[in-house]
Amino acid sequence: MSTINPDATALTAAANSLRRSKPHYGERVIRGLLLLAAVVSVLTTFGIVISLLIPSIEFFTEIPIGDFLFGTTWTPLFMNGEFGVLPLVSGTLVITGIAIIVAIPLGLGSAIYLSEYASLRVRKVLKPTLEVLAGIPTVVFGFFALEFLTQLVLVKIFPGIEVFNALSAGIIMGIMIIPTIASLSEDAMAAVPSGLRDGAYALGSTKRQTAMKVVIPAALSGIVAAFVLGISRAIGETMIVTIAAGLQPQLTLNPLQGMQTMTSYIAAAGSGDLATGSIEYKSIFAVGLLLFILTFIMNVFSIRLVRRFRQVYQ
Amino acid sequence: MSTRQSLEQQPQSFSPQSLSGKGTPLRDRIFMWALFLALAVGVFTLAVLLIYVTVKGWPRLDLRLITNMPSVRDPENAGAQSALTGSIWVITFTALIALPMGIMAALYLEEFARPSSKFQRFIEVNIQNLAAVPSIVYGILGLAVFARALALGQSVITASMTLALLVLPVIIISTREALRAVPRSIRDGSLALGATEWQTAYRQTLPAAVPGIATGTILALSRAIGEAAPLLLLGAVSFITFNPDGVLSNYTTMPIQIFNWTKESREEFQILAAATIVLLLVILLAMNFIAIWIRNRTQKRW
Repeated sequence: MSTINPDATALTAAANSLRRSKPHYGERVIRGLLLLAAVVSVLTTFGIVISLLIPSIEFFTEIPIGDFLFGTTWTPLFMNGEFGVLPLVSGTLVITGIAIIVAIPLGLGSAIYLSEYASLRVRKVLKPTLEVLAGIPTVVFGFFALEFLTQLVLVKIFPGIEVFNALSAGIIMGIMIIPTIASLSEDAMAAVPSGLRDGAYALGSTKRQTAMKVVIPAALSGIVAAFVLGISRAIGETMIVTIAAGLQPQLTLNPLQGMQTMTSYIAAAGSGDLATGSIEYKSIFAVGLLLFILTFIMNVFSIRLVRRFRQVYQ
Repeated sequence: MSTRQSLEQQPQSFSPQSLSGKGTPLRDRIFMWALFLALAVGVFTLAVLLIYVTVKGWPRLDLRLITNMPSVRDPENAGAQSALTGSIWVITFTALIALPMGIMAALYLEEFARPSSKFQRFIEVNIQNLAAVPSIVYGILGLAVFARALALGQSVITASMTLALLVLPVIIISTREALRAVPRSIRDGSLALGATEWQTAYRQTLPAAVPGIATGTILALSRAIGEAAPLLLLGAVSFITFNPDGVLSNYTTMPIQIFNWTKESREEFQILAAATIVLLLVILLAMNFIAIWIRNRTQKRW
């Protein structure tokens, strides 16, 4: 016993000497500053929510929320303007729908090709090309949709098409979100363990059967997350619709006509010099709040799916 | 033992191709070509877009584009100088705000925060969500908070602060990835020699991650240069024929100038818009190449 005790004290003494002799206050200050920077992101979210909520609440004291959500006429600039948001929502949904019809098959097809078929050399060329496509500013896509797609291509196919129309905006928006869907789906497919593929091949599957019946089901939650994020991007996209789809709020499903979306209303109304207290000014925030809630739900859903997907294969 | 040897001698005989027999079924070949076609559509559209704007903008792709100011009366000689300088002003201050803040936040999350604590997860989900919030919503934030509540008005600094918040999540995410790629052993070595946590982060981890951070940051800033939607709400659409002379100056940027010209009906303005698009795309492509060059040149194998 007596021989152990001195050893133990020596050990604690050694441990103590390894510990800091004095606390590093500078260290704590720096840590605090870094934490502050990380908290800025939380503050941004709060800032967005509060700056959307306060004018929106004022807006809804003047316009009943039911009239806003279910009204079918959007004429904010008229004398007794009506604030029924459905034309903006339908415009958003029609254009987003067209974009999805374009982007999901093309994006998923690209992802399967890159992940399962492409040789290393082909990948090295095509992946950066998709990255370049993702880096094209949306104002450029808008210009392309209006000047090229509508005026040089679509007028020849649909002679009755309006200069500003939902179709051109939807198609180009679909092209715009191909890289989002392709790269996220490809990540999901690349994360599928190769053992699953080898198993399928060993049972005599062809490459197509392996891709369609093994890899895609295994990567499904990641692929769905990619779709949801792509749709969320399409709903929130502003410049393409502002330039190519026109500024006419219309409750119609005809893609050859012009439409206004939630985002293009915000852009059009917000770029004028509106008085801070006016109902038109507040309507920007009410529409913005609706847009934020829609995309927020989709983003959180997509983030959850990706997280669950990662847990399965890690 | 003997089976293992034969495996090692002829590994190719077990690759799926050689097991699948001769020739691929027709349905499979069609499937593969359909996939390739899907990818080709995106690539083809990109090619058409690049060729179209270059051909359309060609007549105006000369020095007048950067020496002259925008003009309503004289589209033949109008340029985009105020938009170019405006973009440079805005992006410079965006970088000055977003860069330190993004790197600091990433350092905290990666090096200092307790991993997988509830607070850390909350911030992480929050940042992921912010990265997917529509850019026009940031415009609304900038309009309500910076332009009106802080009374900074339609100025360069309002635009820079708004764009900084917009790209912050992207910078944080890419910086964290760069920090994560630095091996644990470098931190352990530094700590074992008696360096504090901050000394380790600042003198060892951060310098080792600089190439990755630079690449991610340049890509994030190139996104900010092309961004137009939030600036529509922040006064950039007004007709500006002067270069900014300070952070509180009025401004316009290249994407906004392109947007304004697109709205004009006369063909000369469309040509001018196309020429400005080419200038913008050249700047963006140059930034992308620099980013890729840094990544390839300094790629370290630990």
